[in-house]
Amino acid sequence: MAILKLTIITIFGLTAFANAGIAETAILVQSTTSTKNSGLYNHILPIFKHDTGITVNVVAVGTGAAIKNAMNCDGDVLLVHSRKRENNFVAKGYAKRRYDLMYNDYVIVGPVKDPANIVGMNDAVAALKKIANTNSKFASRGDSSGTDSKEKSLWESTGVNQIAHSGHWYRETGSGMGTTLNTAVGMGAYTLSDRASWRTHANKADFKIMVEGDKRLFNPYGVMLIDKTRCPNVNSIAGKAFIDWLISEKGQTTIAAHRFAGKQLFFPNTK
Amino acid sequence: MTIYSESFFAAFNLLATADKDLVEILYLSINVSLLSLALSCFLGLPIGAILAIRQFPMRNLLVGIFNAMMGLPPVVVGLLVYLHLSRSGPFGWLGLLYTPEAMIIAQMILITPIIIALSCQVLEDLNEDYKDFFSSLVVPKRTALVAYIVDARYSLLTVVLAGFGRAISEVGAVIIVGGNIDHLTRVMTTAIALETSKGELELALALGFILLGISLAVNFFAQWLKATAKRRAYV
Repeated sequence: MAILKLTIITIFGLTAFANAGIAETAILVQSTTSTKNSGLYNHILPIFKHDTGITVNVVAVGTGAAIKNAMNCDGDVLLVHSRKRENNFVAKGYAKRRYDLMYNDYVIVGPVKDPANIVGMNDAVAALKKIANTNSKFASRGDSSGTDSKEKSLWESTGVNQIAHSGHWYRETGSGMGTTLNTAVGMGAYTLSDRASWRTHANKADFKIMVEGDKRLFNPYGVMLIDKTRCPNVNSIAGKAFIDWLISEKGQTTIAAHRFAGKQLFFPNTK
Repeated sequence: MTIYSESFFAAFNLLATADKDLVEILYLSINVSLLSLALSCFLGLPIGAILAIRQFPMRNLLVGIFNAMMGLPPVVVGLLVYLHLSRSGPFGWLGLLYTPEAMIIAQMILITPIIIALSCQVLEDLNEDYKDFFSSLVVPKRTALVAYIVDARYSLLTVVLAGFGRAISEVGAVIIVGGNIDHLTRVMTTAIALETSKGELELALALGFILLGISLAVNFFAQWLKATAKRRAYV
């Protein structure tokens, strides 16, 4: 097998990429997009690398896809934000435990014109009801990401069957947060976003935060080491080192120090 | 449209300062595309030639299949390669997922049919015109093929360029199997997708201009090569 692997690697010209990952330890993190698009990794990973010498490679997809990839053993560490599915991931034995890492919150953003008249509300469920009652456009991720499942659970609390209006005022983009924000801006639709993605998104046009401050909009992030008994290829030493560093005082203050336009994006909350 | 001028300026700026990340991404883009193109030609041109001059059962079926495969949807190819290279897939033990090698495999699957189908068509046309003439002179098929290839070299160059165009511009497959990992598997097209998703539309378009520039440069180089070769031929 080793010879076959060597042959295949030689055929595909590894020599051209020989500097990638042979001499150094590298781990792969399956991650949600918000942490990447908001620049968190660019801020913390060089510091982690300086402390430990470990390179962290990040594949940023939605929470749903990240969990799926992790279940296929394509990664060492999982960093996502959907509590229910994280617990399920642990319950199924893919990880020994979940660590609280940090949090921020979700906001409902929309055009200044505000056709549903929800600006300034702090009750997310009531705001969604008004959006539905006025048939105002709402852009949904529709990609089974962490944000998507939060949005679905909020709709459930409204009692509105929003899926029945899919394609009319309820528009499922089936894409990541950034793309969905672009789409929402393009068609003047409301959408739910985590605050970090919203703040760092460059293409805001005339969009503003409409609803914030509801405690149902809490957005906690968790981190897990993929279990070696499930996935023998996992680099649990380096992966554990990364998690230990994240939840250490150094890691937590580094996360807290990440700013965009002077504002903190993630709030560490390891117990 | 100020976005054009802003993006153009941003592209110029990135190039003029030889932005370190950009150089890395460009290098990987070109490297992956050229390697997958070279391997696809290595596989595809002989197959195209055989299909062009030999008659055998199922030959037409094969040609039809390769022609259809020119339209392979990149995301489907990406997904299939992902499923095979995933740790839980049959080739997971190779550890190739999220590497440039995985991107090359996916691109080869996309480009090889283009090389086969187009080169087959070019050589088949020549064969139609000359096969009676050559067989009347009792020229062996292999010698005839060499004559076709020499005669059709410029058309075959265009075939190769078509393959390169597909490779350098493709995003659907490489983003799935490469993972768009910074400093490892990020190429021009996946970087453009990422910047677009961050709402950095000017930067995304600037990268698009640079990508277009590469395609133009490669094609002009090929044209120059052709012109030089033709000039030589008349000396």
